[in-house]
Order: sequence, then C-alpha cells, then structure tokens
Amino acid sequence: MSPLRRRLLFGIPLALAVAGGEAFYVILRRMQANNYDPHALPSPLLGKRPPAFALPGTNGMQGFANTDLAAPPKPMLVNWFASWCVPCLQEAPMLAKLAAEGLTIWGIAYEDDTQALAQFLQQNGNPYQRLATDAAGTTAINWGVYGVPETYFIDKTGIVRWRYAGALTDDVVARYLNPLLAKYS
Amino acid sequence: MRRWLFLLALLPALALAQDMVTRDGVTMTAAQEAQAEAIGDQLRCLVCQNESIEDSDAKLAGQLRGIIRQQVVQGVPPSQIMDYMVQRYGIFVLLKPPVSPLTWLLYAMPALALALGGMAWLFAARRKAAPPAPLSEAERARLDELL
Repeated sequence: MSPLRRRLLFGIPLALAVAGGEAFYVILRRMQANNYDPHALPSPLLGKRPPAFALPGTNGMQGFANTDLAAPPKPMLVNWFASWCVPCLQEAPMLAKLAAEGLTIWGIAYEDDTQALAQFLQQNGNPYQRLATDAAGTTAINWGVYGVPETYFIDKTGIVRWRYAGALTDDVVARYLNPLLAKYS
Repeated sequence: MRRWLFLLALLPALALAQDMVTRDGVTMTAAQEAQAEAIGDQLRCLVCQNESIEDSDAKLAGQLRGIIRQQVVQGVPPSQIMDYMVQRYGIFVLLKPPVSPLTWLLYAMPALALALGGMAWLFAARRKAAPPAPLSEAERARLDELL
C-alpha cells in the first residue's frame, strides 16, 4: 500500500466524520439559541395576500374579511389564537405590550366559543382592534394554519411578509418582528 | 315467483347499501374511501409531522381527511386534491418530496453514491499489480530442464 493511498484511506473517512459532526454541532447550537426550529414550516402565503374569507366578529367586536387586509395604513399583525391554547396565554402579555406601543393587531379566534373567549380576554386583556372568529376552522385551513398561536405580518400593500408559529417572545420580537417593522413601515 | 323477482330486483340496492362507508363525516362508496385513503397516505400530518394524515389522531388531520373525502365524492381528481394541500401547507405536506432544485441533491444521492463506489472500485482495481506475463518458450525450456 502506497503512503498516498494509506493517507487517503485514513483521511477521507476522517474528513467526512468531522464535517458531519460540525454540521450537527451547528444545528444543535442554533436550536439551543432558539435560532432554528426543525419543526417550523415555511408558509406558502409569504409574498402573497391572504386567501378570500369573511369571518364574523365576536364578543361585541368587529370581524373582518380578506378585503379589509388589502391595504392597511401601516404594517399590522393578524394573530390566530384560542382561549384553550397554553402558548396563547403565554404570549398575551407580549401582544398587550405591542398593542400599547401602537402596533395594529387583529385577532382570529380558532375553534373557540364566545363564552370561553370572553373569559380569556377579561383575564389577559384585549390587544385586538378587531376580533373575528373561525369556529369551524375552515379559514384556518385555507391560510395553512397548523396550530395556534400563529402570527402573520402584513405590509402596507396587503402582502404577507412573515409567519411565526408559536408564542411571540422577547427574542422573536427582537430577532424578526422589529427588523420587519423597520423595513416595511 | 313475483316475490322472488322483487327480491332479485332489490339485490343490487342491498349490495350498494353495504358498499357505503362513512368516515370523517362523509358518506361514500368503498371505492371512493380507498381512493381517499391512497391520497391521505401520501400527505403528512402537520401536527405530528411524522405520521400521514390517515394515521394521525390530530384534529386537523381529521378535518383534512374530511376535505379529501368531500372532494373525492365530488369527483375532484387526486392531483388537484394534492395541489389543494400543497397550496396551503407547502411541499412539506407531501411525504414524498417532489423533484425540485431543493431536492435534486436528495434524489441524486443514490447515483452519486454508486458513482463514488464505482470510482473507488476502479481506483483499487487499477492499483492492483498486473499478473506476471506468461513464460516465454526459452523460460519454459529452462524450467523443464531444472525440474
């Protein structure tokens, strides 16, 4: 066996193992830093307008349709949530804070009932300027919603620019939402 | 005789009645159910992510099964039902990813592995020392002499 061949036989598998280990290390480190979620799906709605829908309001608030999202005066959020959803409870303070800072947030209650919603809003505050209800969950399917909460960022031309599945945390707001607001305001 | 004829006339209706199944709120023929299952088997449950929507107990999977069955009953072709799902959830919803620039490397992998193996084999074969040349006439004579 020539020295070159011996070096290759040893070196190539070693290089592959090192590269694989490095890749796994990067993935795990990014997961740990909340920078990468392997379960997150890219939304097919990005770069498009929300599909046609018209949902009634609930708890004395006005509902809305896709046409109401066609050209908002400033970028806004559409937040899918439910009173029975635990992460929604966790993100309620963040939504309240964002609303207090002047961000427009419209809510869509997913497979919820009026009574439970009223209680949820009473306990956690109401950050929504409009509140629609999708009791059957069919509009959610048309949006590609696969769980609650999900938050959609809609720019001034009515185009969806960002979808986040999961509770909005300080980290998520700093990492994604604030740069989007700076870009599209 | 007339009673028998009557019963005979009812037979197809009986077969048809037995053939109907109801699943996820939709009543359809067994053939339609089989078609719907074949479609659902190819779609990923978005909630559990490693189950097909046919296998999943998630509520969303049940709703999607219902939608598939409604569309099958309406005679929507399977490819359009798949498009309906991809339009909403992206290609991730397909358990078998389509061939696209994103998945070229994935689908090229078997060919690449084969090529790599073939190259290694060729490399090894070429390195192997050539067998010694057959003995010449003079060498054979000398060998016979020695033995």
